[in-house]
Amino acid sequence: MIPTDISPETISQHGLTPEEYQRICEILGRQPTFTELGIFSVMWSEHCSYKSSKIHLRRLPHQGPCVVQGPGENAGVVDIGDGLVAVFKIESHNHPSFIEPYQGAATGVGGIIRDIFTMGARPIALMDALHFGFIDDPKNRMILEGVVAGVGGYGNCIGIPTVGGQTVFSRHYANNPLVNVFCLGIARRDQIFYGRATGVGNPVIYVGARTGRDGIHGATMASEEFDERSEEKRPTVQVGDPFLEKLLLEACLEAMHSGLVVGIQDMGAAGLTCSTCEMGSRAGTGVEIELDRVPQREAGMTAYEIMLSESQERMLLVTREENEPKVLEIFTRWGLDAATIGRVTGDGMLRVLQSGTIVAEVPNRPLADGAPVYNRPMKRPAYLDEARAFGADLVAPPRDWEQAVIRMMSSPNLCRKRWIWEQYDHMVRTNTLVGPGADASILRLKGKERRLAISTDCNPRYCYLDPAAGARAAVAEACRNIVCSGGTPLAATNCLNFASPENPETMWQFSQTVDGIREACQALGTPITGGNVSFYNETNGIGVYPTPVIGMVGIVERESHITPAAFREAGDVVLLLGPEEVSLAGSEYLEVFHNRVEGVPVPVRLELEKRIESFLGNAVREGWVRSAHDCSEGGLLVTALESALLAYPRLGIELRISSPLMPHQALFGEGPSRVVLSAPEQNLQKLLDRAREMGVLLRPCGRVTSLKEVRVVYNDADILSVQVAAIFETWDRALESWLQAARMNETTDEHR
Amino acid sequence: MKTGVVVFPGSNCDHDTYHVLKHVLGTDARFIWHGDAHLHDCDVIVLPGGFSYGDYLRTGAIARFSPVMQAVKEFARRGGFVLGICNGFQILQEAGLLPGAMLRNRGLKFICRPVDLRAERTDLAFTRAYEPGQVLRMPIAHNEGSFYVSPEELNHLERNGRVVLRYSSPSGEVCDAANPNGSLNNIAALINEEGNVMGMMPHPERASELCLGSEDGKGIFVSLLKAVESKNPRIQESKNGPRGLSFLNS
Repeated sequence: MIPTDISPETISQHGLTPEEYQRICEILGRQPTFTELGIFSVMWSEHCSYKSSKIHLRRLPHQGPCVVQGPGENAGVVDIGDGLVAVFKIESHNHPSFIEPYQGAATGVGGIIRDIFTMGARPIALMDALHFGFIDDPKNRMILEGVVAGVGGYGNCIGIPTVGGQTVFSRHYANNPLVNVFCLGIARRDQIFYGRATGVGNPVIYVGARTGRDGIHGATMASEEFDERSEEKRPTVQVGDPFLEKLLLEACLEAMHSGLVVGIQDMGAAGLTCSTCEMGSRAGTGVEIELDRVPQREAGMTAYEIMLSESQERMLLVTREENEPKVLEIFTRWGLDAATIGRVTGDGMLRVLQSGTIVAEVPNRPLADGAPVYNRPMKRPAYLDEARAFGADLVAPPRDWEQAVIRMMSSPNLCRKRWIWEQYDHMVRTNTLVGPGADASILRLKGKERRLAISTDCNPRYCYLDPAAGARAAVAEACRNIVCSGGTPLAATNCLNFASPENPETMWQFSQTVDGIREACQALGTPITGGNVSFYNETNGIGVYPTPVIGMVGIVERESHITPAAFREAGDVVLLLGPEEVSLAGSEYLEVFHNRVEGVPVPVRLELEKRIESFLGNAVREGWVRSAHDCSEGGLLVTALESALLAYPRLGIELRISSPLMPHQALFGEGPSRVVLSAPEQNLQKLLDRAREMGVLLRPCGRVTSLKEVRVVYNDADILSVQVAAIFETWDRALESWLQAARMNETTDEHR
Repeated sequence: MKTGVVVFPGSNCDHDTYHVLKHVLGTDARFIWHGDAHLHDCDVIVLPGGFSYGDYLRTGAIARFSPVMQAVKEFARRGGFVLGICNGFQILQEAGLLPGAMLRNRGLKFICRPVDLRAERTDLAFTRAYEPGQVLRMPIAHNEGSFYVSPEELNHLERNGRVVLRYSSPSGEVCDAANPNGSLNNIAALINEEGNVMGMMPHPERASELCLGSEDGKGIFVSLLKAVESKNPRIQESKNGPRGLSFLNS
């Protein structure tokens, strides 16, 4: 092994600082070879090493009675009873989706699915949290269409339903789309698998797609901000093959359930490098591999390229010597490449051989876990004072209420996202009891009484105006959505999307966010079992809003507890649960009508949130309410309208509000911990009594009607009367019309 | 009754179909591997939905070469009941058991949603559980579901009553607005000349339990069960448990 003479330019091209390079030399006791430099650069990239976030992430609560496996493995695991566990995680694929939207999103789906089945779980559902710039810019429109097609293309083919998620539009995501995908799997509690290379002498088997030159340095790319030349990085985006992954999924589960697997890990970011050194590091062993045995797509690949390739749909597994033929037989039957490429050793080293020569020899542990940990400087962002100073509640009320309602309901963030989720198979596997467009999606477990509820949430505007409060609100909303649907929140995963950590203002936002999540998760009893951090979501110096997406998992004890967001019976009383206090600060209304994201949103009070969820959960389980819908973006009127629009057959609503506020504040103002309920008249007294006992506010505010009309009476004055059908049409078709208009404009522009 | 669900590489509605046949209808259901050359004495064979061979090249184009398809053709020739759902329909077309081809949806997008279907034939082994003209609600989930044949062949199919289901409005009106994918004459399901091979793009296995929103698809399987029983009244439920590929919760 001849250490290459490595220039400072080469070191910097690998995204390593001179100090980090020095540390590598100390670990090795010599200069690294070029291959070793590549290996260190990917493992010590922000994406793989969490070097800027680690020090903060330690503050998140990971413990809880249901937690079987917290962070550190491929996914979190929680006990859901009946001898089963839920295995879940959310991950980002933001950078690749900007460069090549379809493949970036598709391989994001493929990657998170592998993380789940690596643990021995059968993936049963996906959710996607997508954030885009406004699509009147052709680039953003293309990203939206590509990403949605990519998520669908992969999920539909592999046969895992995409059952929900969220889509947010804001100018801060122009050129910085966020594509976060959540995956949920189910395993037997006694059949969980880990990414550990135990048992010295055990064979190390490579299975799945052949290694090609695609995606080399993908992890390093995801650890840099973008500029005009970023599109030149297209070759660092991988290409997905969902069909191959379907075979890989079935073959791996078969091998695992046949008791043939000692340890297993997928090859995601940093490919073969990451899987070998992490599996060795976790088990305290070494791994020796021979690159000549690695199935390759093309001839003449160097050791550097093979070790750093991020070709998709590959797994590394360790088996016992005597089971090696059986493992190979299973993969061959599924038509997949499988080859023994090395052994587990006792010396703790990652040793890589090519043509009989050692090309890399690095101790596993410092490589996998010894990346420098940075406590990066933090500074409260300068924008905050100005943004928070704005008196949002002083903005003028709308002149025409009918126009205002239609404009709100057809706005990018509030309109129905049917155009997106109709492109996703959200029903395959026939477990989807409640699918997209609901507060939480609900999945059955065939043959079991219990069901699972899942939801992803984040309001980035709140996070921008106060990162800690915004993070608390995201956790609270995720829990509230589960409770509205009839479930009890259990545990969560998070995907923390931020701009460059080298900017002290970003680091301050990050640290605040972690504190916010910690407080809310502790108060609401939902530990974080893992997740993902994505930094450098920044193009030409403009970063994304701090966007901590929370993926929550809950349990629905009985089918009868499932409660829809839609109104169900004319004559039912409409009620508003939760505190009075609302504000237009950071609201959808303020952005839609005044193009401002400013002010101080009403912060969530966690103790009150807990009591409200407790009241709500009770009312839902007792069957006292017929519908429950979280009142968040858009405020009371939008939420109540949504419950009417979702009703089938169609129903109307009459809202009667008395308030000292201006009507647009009361109707479009947003506040935490609020829910719109509907209940039969005969349950009203019970509900009001219980609310009083529990010290939560519950006020009747209208009725469900059969008139198919929306009527709003505000302080005894009629301010709105409009057909539900008219609103439905714009709400239901807004996204599609908007896309059509954007495409037309682009064509006209071209002809000009 | 013995029912078999063929598993091609890339099938992904195989477990769903098996679940309905076994747990909802209580038949002796089993999976049949694409490499198998025989059908284990099944009375009904279902080719399930999914993306066989990734739908690479063309939907169903590679699956038709599987060893099991020789056996399916032979089974159909002898009068056995074969149901192709979604990708299964496409495979039956590629295998020459049903006419026409599926083009990409006219909107050029994958569509997943419940649709309404008018039952045109309720005298078939597959549809006797339905009333004439009944409107059924079942989901579709496909990217290539726009049925196409030559005008002469379309004429022939219509004249011979080969259209089993058409996309319709909730009230049963067959119109362009109710056509989700651009299929000729709103065709959603077809039967072969002999009446023992049916292909349908909608997914009856996703509409066989009320908790999933509709039970309208169950009639297809119930009809088949009755047809098999009347064809061979001595058929009893097998005493042996089903042999399936192992999977969770089965």
